[in-house]
Amino acid sequence: MIKRSNHRVVSFAVLTLSALTAASVAAKGTLVYCSEGSPEGFQPQFFSTGTTFDAVSVPMFNRLVQFEIGTTNIVPALAESWTVAPDGKAYTFKLRKRVAFHGNANFKPTRDFDADDVLFSWNRMADENQSFHKLTSGQTFAYFDDMGMKNIVDRVEKIDDYTVRFVLKRPEAPFLADMAMDFASILSKEYFDTMMKKGTPNAADVYPIGTGPFQFVSYQKDATIRYKAFDKYWGGRPKIDNLIYSITRDATARYAKLRTGECQVMAFPKPADLDAMRSDPQLAIQRKEGLNIGYIAFNVERKPFDDKRVRQALNYATNKDAILKAVYQGNGQVAKNPIPPILWGYNDAIHDYAYDPAKAKELLAQAGYPNGFDVDLWYLPVTRPYNPDGKRMAELIQADWAKVGVRTRLVTYEWAEYRKRSKTGEQTVMMFGWSGDNGDPDNFFVPLLGCEAVKGGGNVSRWCNKPFEDLVIKAAQTPKQADRAKLYEQAQVIVHDEAPWIPIAHSVRFDALRKEVHGYKMDATAHHYFDKVELAAP
Amino acid sequence: MLRFVLRRLALIVPTFFGVTLLAFALIHLIPGDPVENISGERGMDPARRVRLLHQFGLDEPLPVQYVRYIGHVLRGDLGQSLTTHDSVAREFATLFPATVELAFFALLFALVLGLPAGVLAAVKRNTVADYAVMGVSLTGYSMPIFWWALLLILFFSVQLGITPVSGRIAVQFDVPPVTGFMLIDTLLAGDLEAFRSALSHLVLPTIALGTIPLAVVSRMTRSAMLEVLREDFVRAARAKGLPRWSVIVVHALRNALIPVVTVVGLQVGLLLSGAILTETIFSWPGVGNWLIHGVQSRDYPVVQGGVLLIAGVVIAVNLFVDMLYGVVNPRIRHA
Repeated sequence: MIKRSNHRVVSFAVLTLSALTAASVAAKGTLVYCSEGSPEGFQPQFFSTGTTFDAVSVPMFNRLVQFEIGTTNIVPALAESWTVAPDGKAYTFKLRKRVAFHGNANFKPTRDFDADDVLFSWNRMADENQSFHKLTSGQTFAYFDDMGMKNIVDRVEKIDDYTVRFVLKRPEAPFLADMAMDFASILSKEYFDTMMKKGTPNAADVYPIGTGPFQFVSYQKDATIRYKAFDKYWGGRPKIDNLIYSITRDATARYAKLRTGECQVMAFPKPADLDAMRSDPQLAIQRKEGLNIGYIAFNVERKPFDDKRVRQALNYATNKDAILKAVYQGNGQVAKNPIPPILWGYNDAIHDYAYDPAKAKELLAQAGYPNGFDVDLWYLPVTRPYNPDGKRMAELIQADWAKVGVRTRLVTYEWAEYRKRSKTGEQTVMMFGWSGDNGDPDNFFVPLLGCEAVKGGGNVSRWCNKPFEDLVIKAAQTPKQADRAKLYEQAQVIVHDEAPWIPIAHSVRFDALRKEVHGYKMDATAHHYFDKVELAAP
Repeated sequence: MLRFVLRRLALIVPTFFGVTLLAFALIHLIPGDPVENISGERGMDPARRVRLLHQFGLDEPLPVQYVRYIGHVLRGDLGQSLTTHDSVAREFATLFPATVELAFFALLFALVLGLPAGVLAAVKRNTVADYAVMGVSLTGYSMPIFWWALLLILFFSVQLGITPVSGRIAVQFDVPPVTGFMLIDTLLAGDLEAFRSALSHLVLPTIALGTIPLAVVSRMTRSAMLEVLREDFVRAARAKGLPRWSVIVVHALRNALIPVVTVVGLQVGLLLSGAILTETIFSWPGVGNWLIHGVQSRDYPVVQGGVLLIAGVVIAVNLFVDMLYGVVNPRIRHA
């Protein structure tokens, strides 16, 4: 009797031990990516977070145009070429032929991508009477609305099966960049019609069908997303067979999984872990200048910040190099303009305000504040891509400004509350920032410093300057990029002189991978693309 | 007994209103709202903001929103998540088995280790064994779950490499979710490798979540045993010449279990709330993870519905425990 129970104990122990040591090596040709969160859904038009785009529009869909990886240059995708009418109000796209759609258990495409799909995808968002527009009760077309597409595009016309024309209400040069954004992903009209006929119209929004390099296999809520390579991808079948997103919300856990090999690429490493990652022979770090800006905004509607001299004085009073070292730990560049250097149109000829407390005091005295003044400084309560530590930055600025007689009280609110209050002009001086959406300078200048944006709340310095506004509006309507760049350069001169902000820094982004991942390149708009990646033997 | 059960069931109605009111009030007290959450640093066109608030039903006074919500709940409609637009009830049902599996094993861990430890400490009172058990349990009780979980991961998974870091199962196993319990589903699929993987993924989360209940159970058992060991009937049993283990287990422990059973019932509520932190660190796709995310994105229906459903589970478990208590302790039954 004792022998039998011993035997059971031993075999239980063996089972446990072997369970514990079971290696979790994924099948060869499978890339596991540790992502930072769950997608809100599998539809590119409804949602607006980077997490959802990474899981949906990036692997499974294409757009008419796309960004050359790592840059903000627009290159052909589902459109092979395009022409712009001389008045800038019409864009005619010639579509790529022999582009296949995915299929699934309930849908087998009978035709390739053509103009009908472009019209369907756009009109679904734009036309209130389109049958699928109405089915989205409770859903919104987040980016379509946010970018004001309704005020830009008048209609889409089908010229023939492989030619479409977008007719605009006004010339809008950034339109092409907008078409590279995730919300402009091309859906399969045939799929939606088939699902409608089968009586399950919502299925088309739940089980995605696109033209992209990977097709959807399954989703375990909050745990795993599985994709497999699409053999008939027009851009060439991906080199990896399977792509798996392992959803891991905690950054430390992601790093741990990268080290144990449970995933090969991880999203958003913590800056504090970067040094350890760099000295780990199994890992590789890639970096990319962020398409972003962290800044301090002066509310020009409030004294004393209605006076340009005060604003300039505080620019002189702020030691940005110290901030870059202490807050960004060197992972960034000091900013002198609202747009980052990787964006075309950046005016490098501008001389930033040097750190000069004496000059600051002089200007303050001229403006009538020889003894300084008291002010509230709002600081960010959370880490943002453009600012890893708002509190630390605020403390440094507080110390800097104290030297010139400006006494600051540090104030913060919970993140959603912070943003909410900023839109009503409650702030006097506030820390904020921005990450670009589409690699076009217009996407920085208009939402952040434009007159319309004062009303919408995105322009937290509430600065509305006619010469600046005219330049930016003209640049949006000028077709040639070189001409636009010149206009933006002039606009930056005005911003620098009028100083509604202190531009602090552009952060640098990092991705961490295991050494056996080859061919991965970082995207300028912070998406994660795996279509060109291959796995060497570990 | 019947009267006892009926009396307890009648309490459910006021409890239900209390829980919903509390959940509703607390989530709305947090500054910010889901529309704000969508807009980010970008401003939102004021007209669109108004439209969205109306769409989400957030533009009415709070009491009206509450009454409307209760009306829906009584009809069985817990609403839709404001982020995914999926039915709250369905999301909960998809994710709850994962939390149950985790809580079950944590409780099992606490009982399997805690009961013997408590008995040992009581029997070997004031010896090294007693101090060791109590010292370790106090340490375990004092450690924050998320910190303990990270320590476990860094040591066992990263340093030693003998356990996986997070998740319920290794990513290469795509197991069809029949019951939602990974161990059962892998066996149903006939995949022994997957079963082993699921088992290994349970180890660290179970330890992390089960440490505090383990501490509580061992201390509770110890003090209950100490009480019972002093009783006359124990002395009588020893005097009768019964073997030591029989005195301890059959006579003493069975009676000491009564308060322990009550504590275990209370622990279930604590386990479900501890699961929130554990699930976050271990990327365990359960309702804890889901709720945290709901709070962060101000997803009111998710938080209200999730809290209501979890409260329902805790109430049900405690009702069951109370009835069990009546079975175990005849004095209650015949009261």
